[in-house]
Amino acid sequence: MIDDRTVAHVARLSRLELSDEERERFRAQLGSILEHFQSLLALDLSGEAAAGGAKPARGEDARTSGAANVLRDDTVRPCLPLDEVLANAPASENGCFVVPPVIEEE
Amino acid sequence: MGSPDGPAGAAGLPARPGSPRSLADCTAFELRRLYAVGEASPSEAVRAVLDRIESLDKELHAYLHVDREAALREAARWDRAAGRDGAPPLAGIPVALKDNICTRGWPTTAGSRILAGFRPPYDATVTVRLREAGAVLLGKTNCDEFAFGSSTENSGFGPTRNPWDPMRVPGGSSGGSAAAVAAGEATLALGSDTGGSIREPGAFCGVVALKPTYGRVSRYGLIAFASSLDQIGPFARDVRDAALLLSAVAGRDPADSTSSAEPTPTYTDLLTGDVRGLRIGVVKEFFGEGIEPGVADSVRAAAGVLEGLGAVCGEVSLPHAVYALPAYYIIAPAEASSNLARYAGVHYGHRTAHADDLYTLYARTRREGFGAEVKRRIMLGTFALSSGYYDAYYLRAQQVREVIRREFTAALERFDLLLGPVAPTPAFLLGEKMEDPMQMYLSDIYTIPVNLAGVPGISVPCGFVRGLPVGLQLIGRAFGEAAVLNAAFAYEQATPHHTARPPLVARGGMSGRAASAGGPRSAGQSPAPGDSPA
Amino acid sequence: MTYETVIGLEVHVQLATASKMFCGCAVEFGAAPNTRTCPVCLGLPGSLPVLNRRAVELGLRTAVVLGCRIQPESRFHRKNYYYPDLPKNYQISQYQYSGHPPLATSGTLEIGAGETSRRIGIRRVHLEEDTGKLLHAEGRSLIDYNRSGTPLMEVVTDPDLGSPEEARLLLTQLRATLQYAGVTTGRMEEGTLRCDANLSLRAAGGPDGIRTEVKNMNSLRSVERALRFEEARQREQLSRGIPVVQETRHWDEQRGVTFSSREKEEAQDYRYFPEPDLVPLLVDDAWVEQVRAGLPELPEAKRRRYAEAFALPEHEARLLTATRAMAEFFEETMRGFNQPKIVANWLVGDVAAYLNSAGQEIEEARITPASLAEMLRLLDRGTLSGRLAKEVLEEMLRTGRGAAEIVKDRGLVQISDEAALAEMVDGVIAEHPGPVQDVRAGKDKAVAFLVGQVMKRSRGRANPEVVNRLLRNRLNAR
Repeated sequence: MIDDRTVAHVARLSRLELSDEERERFRAQLGSILEHFQSLLALDLSGEAAAGGAKPARGEDARTSGAANVLRDDTVRPCLPLDEVLANAPASENGCFVVPPVIEEE
Repeated sequence: MGSPDGPAGAAGLPARPGSPRSLADCTAFELRRLYAVGEASPSEAVRAVLDRIESLDKELHAYLHVDREAALREAARWDRAAGRDGAPPLAGIPVALKDNICTRGWPTTAGSRILAGFRPPYDATVTVRLREAGAVLLGKTNCDEFAFGSSTENSGFGPTRNPWDPMRVPGGSSGGSAAAVAAGEATLALGSDTGGSIREPGAFCGVVALKPTYGRVSRYGLIAFASSLDQIGPFARDVRDAALLLSAVAGRDPADSTSSAEPTPTYTDLLTGDVRGLRIGVVKEFFGEGIEPGVADSVRAAAGVLEGLGAVCGEVSLPHAVYALPAYYIIAPAEASSNLARYAGVHYGHRTAHADDLYTLYARTRREGFGAEVKRRIMLGTFALSSGYYDAYYLRAQQVREVIRREFTAALERFDLLLGPVAPTPAFLLGEKMEDPMQMYLSDIYTIPVNLAGVPGISVPCGFVRGLPVGLQLIGRAFGEAAVLNAAFAYEQATPHHTARPPLVARGGMSGRAASAGGPRSAGQSPAPGDSPA
Repeated sequence: MTYETVIGLEVHVQLATASKMFCGCAVEFGAAPNTRTCPVCLGLPGSLPVLNRRAVELGLRTAVVLGCRIQPESRFHRKNYYYPDLPKNYQISQYQYSGHPPLATSGTLEIGAGETSRRIGIRRVHLEEDTGKLLHAEGRSLIDYNRSGTPLMEVVTDPDLGSPEEARLLLTQLRATLQYAGVTTGRMEEGTLRCDANLSLRAAGGPDGIRTEVKNMNSLRSVERALRFEEARQREQLSRGIPVVQETRHWDEQRGVTFSSREKEEAQDYRYFPEPDLVPLLVDDAWVEQVRAGLPELPEAKRRRYAEAFALPEHEARLLTATRAMAEFFEETMRGFNQPKIVANWLVGDVAAYLNSAGQEIEEARITPASLAEMLRLLDRGTLSGRLAKEVLEEMLRTGRGAAEIVKDRGLVQISDEAALAEMVDGVIAEHPGPVQDVRAGKDKAVAFLVGQVMKRSRGRANPEVVNRLLRNRLNAR
């Protein structure tokens, strides 16, 4: 149910370089995992709402229970000092992060 | 907060003057009492715990980072104030943090090589609240890489071992926190639970472990795995300590849009130990095929104990619980595939040395930095979200999640609490399930549905099988942590299991310098193999 | 074969907030790289977004002024793709997909005036976060995340626009409307207003043609130029029987051409899914009413008020209210010189004419309302003649100097002193016996000629009335 082309496509979307051995292993493993999930595809869920992402387990009134409309006032707060911004950077220059030349790629 | 020298002595082990126990094995409430009566100081307690780490952690590997100097410095700050009236609730108490919780200036890797050397410029909200509560932070505990796993074997820095049997896993993903608390390498610890990552290691290591309601504890500063499921929670050696730690970190946080505005009680004040008339639903589906008989027996026996205390037990069915595993293994990896996209060698963490173009920089950095399980789940999640599959997988999974949520709500209207095992087996052997992801995933079948429903669940020690701890899972209503903790407390008061200490502590504990004298008394407490609850 | 042009616009509007969309970092143009960043807009592990209320309200304002249908519930989503200006490698957006609605849909905007006016459909309005900036250097690229997380609103029109001119008209009108509503500064040169366009040609009555997306148009003028070029390019291709390729093309301002950005159309798979770190956005009528009540006076209302309260002709009222900046300039000037008709005349006359030729917007003009008022006061007091006033205004617009200052330096003050003028008058009488004869003979027209001569001698500074009187007295003309 998952072929090599799918694995290659997904790996590219995921920005994961895979060895042939890995590609083969993932094809097999993802295949068997998805096998176990077939029960899900068989379920009749017509008319079922989908759970949102983060949803409160309790929320009579979404607005007051913090289930919706959690907003901050438009007030400015202090930023990080530049040295802390760049402290973890693998490469930086003139206060900027550095990457290989960007050619129109995505 | 219960006053320091209040009912402290009543719970767990009375720490009488001269009681031959290392401070490393005392509960937080015991320490608070000892501080109050001047029989021990934070410096002494923290030193005892650090020495325990010194002597045991080479073998256990519960920690990825320990800052001895900082801990002793912080402890000394509390030597005078701790135990006094008005001292903050955790003043001078040694606490460990799972390594996926951000700590300003301390390495924070989430167990991944891709974050090796990363030191966040900010504290997680729970870290801030612990500091404000007077806790003495010891260091960062080991975990499965990005919390993907049930054994801590997926850590990029080597596995943690189970204090009860070093040949076995401590569970995961918060295995380091669970092992540390079990072995006296920390008095309290925080972990995170996305599909069972607090409760399962809690059960495997024989400690109390609570996953709060989604939104009860701020996720700000918790390195995300699956944002709609992740939740931070406490590990402790008894229920009152767990309640103490939860009280310190729970509550609305403006920095986390999903943190709840529900009021946060002081949980320790609500531990009455009275469960008379409490309606408990024993979940039928949690005793199905694959569960080890000894585990089922221990858990059923625990239900019996609660009935003996006046609770009313009945069977309840969650028919869709069986679909929780597939739903979870679509939703969680999907969110993870997006949450982990940022680790690509651009502004922090590992960057490959061999890339001249952007695509290679990303793809090779991630190849070098991520372990097999992380790659597997990123692929799985990316697949589930990719066009053509979204409706078949991700959408259906979210629909199933909604159905499961409804089933739990309904069950929790008929019953005050739900009861079942935490995991189908006790701790398994290192390497036992590494080659078969699906087998590994199955160790979370009883915990995952609770995350999907977003409700709270706790693991309490309820006996031993083959000398290994077994965990009882109690599940409550949304924001019903108080009820969950109280039932667990009542059970704990009626049983000895939580007082048992791993055999290894007997050896290691010796070297732990103790304030009020001598070696650990817990040695004799470790149960004989096959020992199971009366 | 005749084709009709079909254009739709995607306009990105930077919302006028103090802080970013999901964090408290200041929104600031031109700060030092990465000095306006924090764990959230840097996408550091563990950081979480919290939505800016002001940004939502500016989005709702837009929905109200464009007459959109506002969604009672909307969510944010993650648009997943890898690019170094995107710290999390996903963008938080409200883009519509599989049934998830954006903030608002189906509005309209009127372009043109009177019988030529048309209503253009607004397809949707949604909120999203901006990306960082890439700076291309030798053999590498540098990243500045100051702009990362800046609040953006995307306004998408229906493909209702029939020509590059209409496209420019719509953009101008949209910008004016949003500026009025206080939603954005709308400065294309600063990038607070950005526009992409989809253009295709349809054989009259035939099916829709294949469209290209044109990007990188940085001014109203370049939008019209770029689309004109693209329109011609497609027509040329089709006429030669070459099919148009669906692609993204970039506008090159210097060369005046669009070029294909050899962007792989490798089926972009953005893997949208609901942003789990944010909760749903619920907008009820009460909130919408509150937003409506908070709206500043909009162009229509202002125009009607000007026409009635100040008795201004329709076209003047229209010009004065074309942009919020012009209207503010007008009202500000009247604080220093309260004669609406005169102020209006000068603004839509000389001032507008100068700005046009200089290609300036009123907000870029070097003249201030205060200095214009000062000039008008000098004119009113007779210190300046109408002719001098024009000269002075021209210099004010050019140099930004004050009226009184210029008048003083150039000694432009009008001469009304009789003694001084008498000399000139006598001189002129002596030089022009002919016209003098005519006046004496009662040919009144000749007086005007002689006055003109005196004005000439005084280099325009003589007070015409005084000169007139003196001449008549001397030639005892009636």
